[in-house]
Amino acid sequence: MNTLIPNEYCLGPASQIPIGEGREFLIGETKIAVFRSRNGGVYATQPLCPHRAGPLVDGLMGGNILACPLHAWKFDLSTGQPVLGDCGLTTYPARMTEEGDIWVEVA
Amino acid sequence: MNTKQKLVVIGNGMAGARTVEEILARGGADQFEIVMFGDEPYGNYNRILLSNVLNGSQDAKEIFLNPLEWYAENNINLHAGVRISEIDRAAKCVIDTNGAVTSYDKLIIATGSRAFVPPVQGLMNEDGTDKHGVYVFRTIDDCHKIAGYATKCARAAVIGGGLLGLEAARGLINYGVEVHVVHLGSHLMENQLDAQAGAILRNTMEKMGVHVHLGKSTSAILGDDSVTGLAFKDGEELACDMVVISAGIRPNSEIGRECGMTVERAIVTDDQMRSVDDPDIFVVGECAQHRGRVYGLVAPLWEQGRVLADVLTGANPKAEYHGSKLATKLKVMGVELASMGVTEPQYPTDEVLHFAEPKRGIYKKLIVRDDQLIGAILLGDASKAAPLMQHFDHGTNLPDDRTSLLFDLGLPPASTSLLEMPDATQICNCNGVSKGQIRKCVEGGKRSLKMVMESTRAGMGCGSCKALVKDVVEWVCDGKVEEDPSVHYYVPGVPLPKPELVAAIKEQNLKSVSAIFDTLAGGVEEVGSKMALSSLLSTVWGADYAEERDARFINDRVHANIQKDGTFSVVPQIKGGVTTADQLRKIADAADKYNVPMVKVTGGQRIDLVGVRKEDLPKMWKDLGMPSGHAYGKSFRTVKTCIGTELCRFGVGDSTALGIAIESRFAGIESPGKMKLATAGCPRNCSEAMVKDVGAVAVEGGKWEIYIGGAAGAHVRKGDLLCVCESHEEVLMIIGRFMQYYRENAKWLERTYGFVPRVGLDKIRDVVVNDSEGIAARLDAAMQKSVDDYVDPWLEAEQPVSPNQFITTLPMVTA
Repeated sequence: MNTLIPNEYCLGPASQIPIGEGREFLIGETKIAVFRSRNGGVYATQPLCPHRAGPLVDGLMGGNILACPLHAWKFDLSTGQPVLGDCGLTTYPARMTEEGDIWVEVA
Repeated sequence: MNTKQKLVVIGNGMAGARTVEEILARGGADQFEIVMFGDEPYGNYNRILLSNVLNGSQDAKEIFLNPLEWYAENNINLHAGVRISEIDRAAKCVIDTNGAVTSYDKLIIATGSRAFVPPVQGLMNEDGTDKHGVYVFRTIDDCHKIAGYATKCARAAVIGGGLLGLEAARGLINYGVEVHVVHLGSHLMENQLDAQAGAILRNTMEKMGVHVHLGKSTSAILGDDSVTGLAFKDGEELACDMVVISAGIRPNSEIGRECGMTVERAIVTDDQMRSVDDPDIFVVGECAQHRGRVYGLVAPLWEQGRVLADVLTGANPKAEYHGSKLATKLKVMGVELASMGVTEPQYPTDEVLHFAEPKRGIYKKLIVRDDQLIGAILLGDASKAAPLMQHFDHGTNLPDDRTSLLFDLGLPPASTSLLEMPDATQICNCNGVSKGQIRKCVEGGKRSLKMVMESTRAGMGCGSCKALVKDVVEWVCDGKVEEDPSVHYYVPGVPLPKPELVAAIKEQNLKSVSAIFDTLAGGVEEVGSKMALSSLLSTVWGADYAEERDARFINDRVHANIQKDGTFSVVPQIKGGVTTADQLRKIADAADKYNVPMVKVTGGQRIDLVGVRKEDLPKMWKDLGMPSGHAYGKSFRTVKTCIGTELCRFGVGDSTALGIAIESRFAGIESPGKMKLATAGCPRNCSEAMVKDVGAVAVEGGKWEIYIGGAAGAHVRKGDLLCVCESHEEVLMIIGRFMQYYRENAKWLERTYGFVPRVGLDKIRDVVVNDSEGIAARLDAAMQKSVDDYVDPWLEAEQPVSPNQFITTLPMVTA
């Protein structure tokens, strides 16, 4: 399935990411974090926690809430808003195709 | 058209306004048209804080609870400055001093009380005008008048050495006046203190420059037109140029008596705060007498207001007030005081605990009956007031170790009391949260420990300050802490305490974390619960646990400890701290091959390769050929040992052999908190076994003392002696049984230093050593199953369990 959205990139099959976890991807020179929640969501955000640069893909997910592995700052992955902490995350539109590929739009 | 009933409230003080707030909170605005009458021309203010207004620490504006706008916003017709002089019960109306009549359907009398002025001569001038310089201390206007006059005075006398009198004295000192307290009784504050405490308080006050005269009955106020002194019945006189009378309060109950209601010490009510004479009239606050008692403190008044509102609005027509236990915590002249219940024992069998340190002005006394607290005085140091008040309010059984009620022994000392502690003091040293930040958070409406912790992050680092955070929250809430029900749950996301949760897991055969969320939490996956549930399932099911790796913390997904830069640390198992040249060579080679930036000897006698990339973890494990040392999980960690009998000239037991045996058996066993162990070959304790979760110390005769509940990390605690074992085999059995009991009964993240004192050493010894509950064999079998089911996680090097388990960054596929 092709796309007409500019700056949207295919990351390949969703199966690269275990359900309920995240993995970090490189798009050009940009690193992004991509997550699959147990309730079917796909989310893409900046890769490092704004607090102390913890690797967000190593965090724990509960629904669309992510807790950073270093100091448990929490974020809503769907909006990037902080749940516990002072500042939020940059998010990127992400989707999964019917074929099971993940696409992310990086401006 | 108007179908609402008319509710008239006489009195706009703390009781009246609070009760109306309670009525509004129950939807009372839809049922009642509310009319209030207040003597004072203001909204409602916090009378308790008047002493702060007098001493200048607060402005009068700051103590208002409900400003005039509040009444308008809530459609309350407030007549401020209008006094009701009469109730006509037959016609169901009230009449004010101007003769205006207001009818009612329901009436609340909340007239409060007034200052009691003892009968002395010379209160007024002979011509009946007020004598200059004579005041009572009861209202905002009184405060302003006293403050205004005090600036012109050199010496003031306060009649009355009770709480209010001392507050007035404290206020007056700030105006540079020489203050004398004149008290009829034989010691200060008889309602709250016994004689010894009263003497200590007197001493403290005199050091502050307040002169105290006890056993003095004032017969006259001297002076024409203006005060010049006091005369006493014993013939002595005291020169002064102002007098503040603070000799107690009297209920304003005349209005009830005049309309034929039953009045004894105050207007008599039933358990629903209803007049015993008239079903349409309620009475609340200091003018009410309930079961023979009249209360002058604020907490009972709030309880009464809630009951009254429940009954009046029909929110709970059966609500009843059953009286209040009196407990207060306050500062008298800057001295902390907490007082509860009785001040003296009532029966010969009542137990009295006493501690006095007059030099520092400290006095503590507890009165205990049948293991319950019935009275307490804490003067000069009220740091233990919060737990004592809880015992007093709830009638809970006191711990056998009574000293812990009076002192913090073996805990980090609360060096300054919360009242004294400046706002800037850092409470949470991990996240840098000050007392002031916590206070603001509570004042902003977050009134439970959990909400405050989540909002400020206080207590969410190492957790060792959690008790102090709780104390601050309780202190700011002044006993009105909202308890979050989730504190009783094992994990916040599943509403069950641990025993019920375990039972549900077993009964419903729940083997995965997602199955628990689906079955017991309405399908809502809660991020803060996953780790704990993973660990619990592993404990319950062993190898039958259906692990979902996403429910594990990253450390347990990749079996290494994440570092601040996202790299990991690798700690291979070195049983009992005993290694070989071959192992060291492999470790050195791995450090070279993977460019490990730091090689560190750990506190647990292992070697830590710090700064390893995620990709290198499986390769390094294979190269090392050593099992995981589990230096990352909530599990059995390590056994620190001393050299023991091997070569040490003091050793009496083979601590290295025992340590290796323990570590071989229990490696990697998961638990609610980590378990760090040690064995020592003699009581010199070089391996620090007495401050470990479990420690074994060799004593002469081939025996081992077993210590549990020790700690030397965020919290320091000497372990408790559980028992003495005769052999290594017995040590393995007993500590295995204890660890299993801990695994089954501890709260999530509760280390043994919290678990052992919470459950009690005697109870644990009964279960683990004496098998008092007949569960020893089951505990042993459960531990044996966990041991049998254990698999070294580093074997995942050969076979990763999830896609890209050890990849840091995935490249983009190009189409």
